[in-house]
Amino acid sequence: MNLTLKVWRQAHANDTGSIQTYEANDIPVEASFLEMLDIVNERIIIDGGDPIHFDHDCREGICGMCSLTINGVPHSKDRGITTCQVHMRKFRDGDTIWIEPFRAKAFPIVKDLMVDRGAFDRIIAAGGYIDVRTGSAPDANAVPIPKHDADASFDSAACIGCGACVAACKNASAMLFVGAKANHLNRLPQGEPEKDKRTLALVRQMDEEGFGNCTNQYECEAVCPKEISADVIAKLNRDYGAAVARDAVAD
Amino acid sequence: MAYDGSTTGSLAGTLESTIPDGPLSDKWTNYKSNAKLINPANKRKYNIIVVGSGLAGGSAAATLSELGYQVKCFCYQDSPRRAHSIAAQGGINAAKNYQNDGDSVWRLFYDTVKGGDFRSREANVHRLAEISVNIIDQCVAQGVPFAREYGGLLDNRSFGGAQVSRTFYARGQTGQQLLIGAYQALEKEISKGGVTMYPRTEMLDLVKVDGHAKGIVTRDLRTGEIESHAADCVILATGGYGNVFFLSTNAMGCNVMAAFRAHKRGAYMANPCFTQIHPTCIPVSGDYQSKLTLMSESLRNDGRIWVPKSADTAKQIREGKLTAKDVAEEDRDYYLERKYPSFGNLAPRDISSRSAKEACDEGRGVAKTGLGVFLDFSDAIARLGEDTIRARYGNLFQMYEKISGDNPYQTPMMIYPAVHYTMGGLWVDYNLESNVKGLHVLGEANFSDHGANRLGASALMQGLADGYFVIPATLPNYLVDQTPGSASTDMPEFKEAEADAKERIEKLLSINGTKTVDSFHRELGLLVWDKCGMARTKEGLEEALKRIPEIRKDFWENVKIPGSADGVNMELEKAGRVADFIDFAEVLCHDALDREESCGGHFREEYQFTKDDEAVQSGYTNEGEAKRRDDEFAYVSAWEYTDPGDEPILHKEKLVYENVKLSVRSYK
Repeated sequence: MNLTLKVWRQAHANDTGSIQTYEANDIPVEASFLEMLDIVNERIIIDGGDPIHFDHDCREGICGMCSLTINGVPHSKDRGITTCQVHMRKFRDGDTIWIEPFRAKAFPIVKDLMVDRGAFDRIIAAGGYIDVRTGSAPDANAVPIPKHDADASFDSAACIGCGACVAACKNASAMLFVGAKANHLNRLPQGEPEKDKRTLALVRQMDEEGFGNCTNQYECEAVCPKEISADVIAKLNRDYGAAVARDAVAD
Repeated sequence: MAYDGSTTGSLAGTLESTIPDGPLSDKWTNYKSNAKLINPANKRKYNIIVVGSGLAGGSAAATLSELGYQVKCFCYQDSPRRAHSIAAQGGINAAKNYQNDGDSVWRLFYDTVKGGDFRSREANVHRLAEISVNIIDQCVAQGVPFAREYGGLLDNRSFGGAQVSRTFYARGQTGQQLLIGAYQALEKEISKGGVTMYPRTEMLDLVKVDGHAKGIVTRDLRTGEIESHAADCVILATGGYGNVFFLSTNAMGCNVMAAFRAHKRGAYMANPCFTQIHPTCIPVSGDYQSKLTLMSESLRNDGRIWVPKSADTAKQIREGKLTAKDVAEEDRDYYLERKYPSFGNLAPRDISSRSAKEACDEGRGVAKTGLGVFLDFSDAIARLGEDTIRARYGNLFQMYEKISGDNPYQTPMMIYPAVHYTMGGLWVDYNLESNVKGLHVLGEANFSDHGANRLGASALMQGLADGYFVIPATLPNYLVDQTPGSASTDMPEFKEAEADAKERIEKLLSINGTKTVDSFHRELGLLVWDKCGMARTKEGLEEALKRIPEIRKDFWENVKIPGSADGVNMELEKAGRVADFIDFAEVLCHDALDREESCGGHFREEYQFTKDDEAVQSGYTNEGEAKRRDDEFAYVSAWEYTDPGDEPILHKEKLVYENVKLSVRSYK
């Protein structure tokens, strides 16, 4: 198939950047979207140009590294997949495809389509964990966890930290990401002791990183490759409200 | 311990496995009781470098920081949470015996040694089996949401090579959940100041001072800056070398550079020919393909593997004239069930992979390329209902459909083996220390626990055992004799290594040839897959060893790398990795050539059971099964680096079995 690509090129973080046009001809229809870019890059290199830089690693939808906005939608318009799981059979011969990075103030561009999502790591470092020392754990079956709670926790833990939720949000809010982490840990008995501390720390760090606020647009849920429900935001708000209240009355 | 009958091998003393004395089941306990300790006030004076942030590296960095050491952790990805451990789907083994089905530490130990085709160290494997139970406790305490039963207790499933259900799992994303647990522990320590994290940073060299590993040289993948880092010891947890085959189930960035740099600085590379070909991957569809996707082995619990009995039927399927449903039950060959009635579709990975290759070599493959067999769920769906199958494998079925465009609820999946895991790696002793003092190697990057073949759900177990429990106990044995802070980046050793790294980069950029890095990688990968893949011969390996230097020469004369060394340059990154893969491929082929036997993932066509063998006549094993030669090859091969083009030097560590009787592996 033959395609026209409109790709965001930006040499480095402080460069202005612009959309460049590439003709991508003779692309096998079975190829994945990133393999299509590989083919285009091979040709750019042979022609003496600088290949299009993009983040990618596992190419099976789990590492969370790939991060393209395809025709205006993070990870493309198909639900429940990452950029690396997009296949060319979803496009038609002759299509023009717009390829941009994940756009958010808190995700500065590194080069072309690569962005810096270090803010997510700093949010997790602020409180996205259970503080348990290696070797001090009781037997794994000592605390039964109702299947329903374990499953609900898992649904949130499925987050791959890709940042599509932020890129899709008009406010560049990280509430789905933070809500997923809070819900993963706060719903488990093991996470209970630090629940308030965790919730407050996560939200404070999120604000500090420059993410916007949630205005209930549900764009995050629509693009999440792991289909995490926006319910986690409601639960985060509830946990946060309770934590603020308890914090205010505590000694 | 050196191998007594060695001809090419050398020198006792250099390969001391340091296995503790005493009965097998007491070794680790006794070791810990007598291990050296460093008091809390002194621990913080020691700096430790950890390269890699997957299950092994992430858990080691977090745990060592908890103990009070100062840790620097490096990864090439943009976040430690993305290490390729994340892609493990199926599960993690542990000898908990929660199912009351007769499991024990001994059984997990024995299954692992047998599964590894009797080429691993008894003491290391027993320690692994002992620690397995602690890992599950630790992960649950961290909030890893393992699958549970309605009563609230943990669920298990069975995996290849075992007759008990000892595998803990979190849907099809066990690796991800375990890695998030380790990553969160790591971030916790980062926030407390014990770990400094260096994402998007690649190790380019190991620095030795007075023969001890005391630091590394790195490249900041964002700025291009070359930097040195000094420490009191270095830990490599940099994963396997599966991408030497170009196409594998590894992530695109997985590479052998850190391990190979250490190898060039004197660390021995052990058993590199033990590579695992995973039986259940989605078949290759074209030459543009960048990677292969694995479907969890857990699918073999309910899926039945078959090809048509007749090559002619298979041909019609390939041509689209027939579909799987048109083939009558009696015309199907469920070859694993036929050949291995007691293990059936759950036969170990090496055996399942080779059986698929044999079926396809006989012209009975069903994918368009001829390289594919059916994995059929229709019986399981009829028996259990589509909902149950969806609950068990929903995400895997979905993944298959996304890639292939076929719906596996309606038509059987097609699968074919692909390179998945590498059992070989840097040689380490019982302390996980390499022959280079102060250099410790964890997880897939070392060679220690899986012998010639790894069982499913054991990689996660080993990575976390090494990181959470083994290295924190063994590292003080090295550190206690070291003066903290004795190495600094001002030393000439660091300056020289930095200069070497810069020179290599300049050389790569100056070639400005006509061929892309990927084209060399693809060429190398096809050669290695062809000559040193699922089946190997003396002639094929010798041919590969002739071709590899030609590829190397071509690479260093004709590779084209655009851009500069400043800032992000992904082609430059790839070029450095591919250059090392080319050199590494030689060690791989030398090892495969030296090992004149078949065992586990290493199958030499010259060494297989024939109808003349007693074991075949008695019905104990089948014709065509791998034939080990224990009298001559019950050793670990550890290769010493020499100059490019020269043959590496072989050292041998004899494997001593005091508890397990070496037997012909039979899964019939």
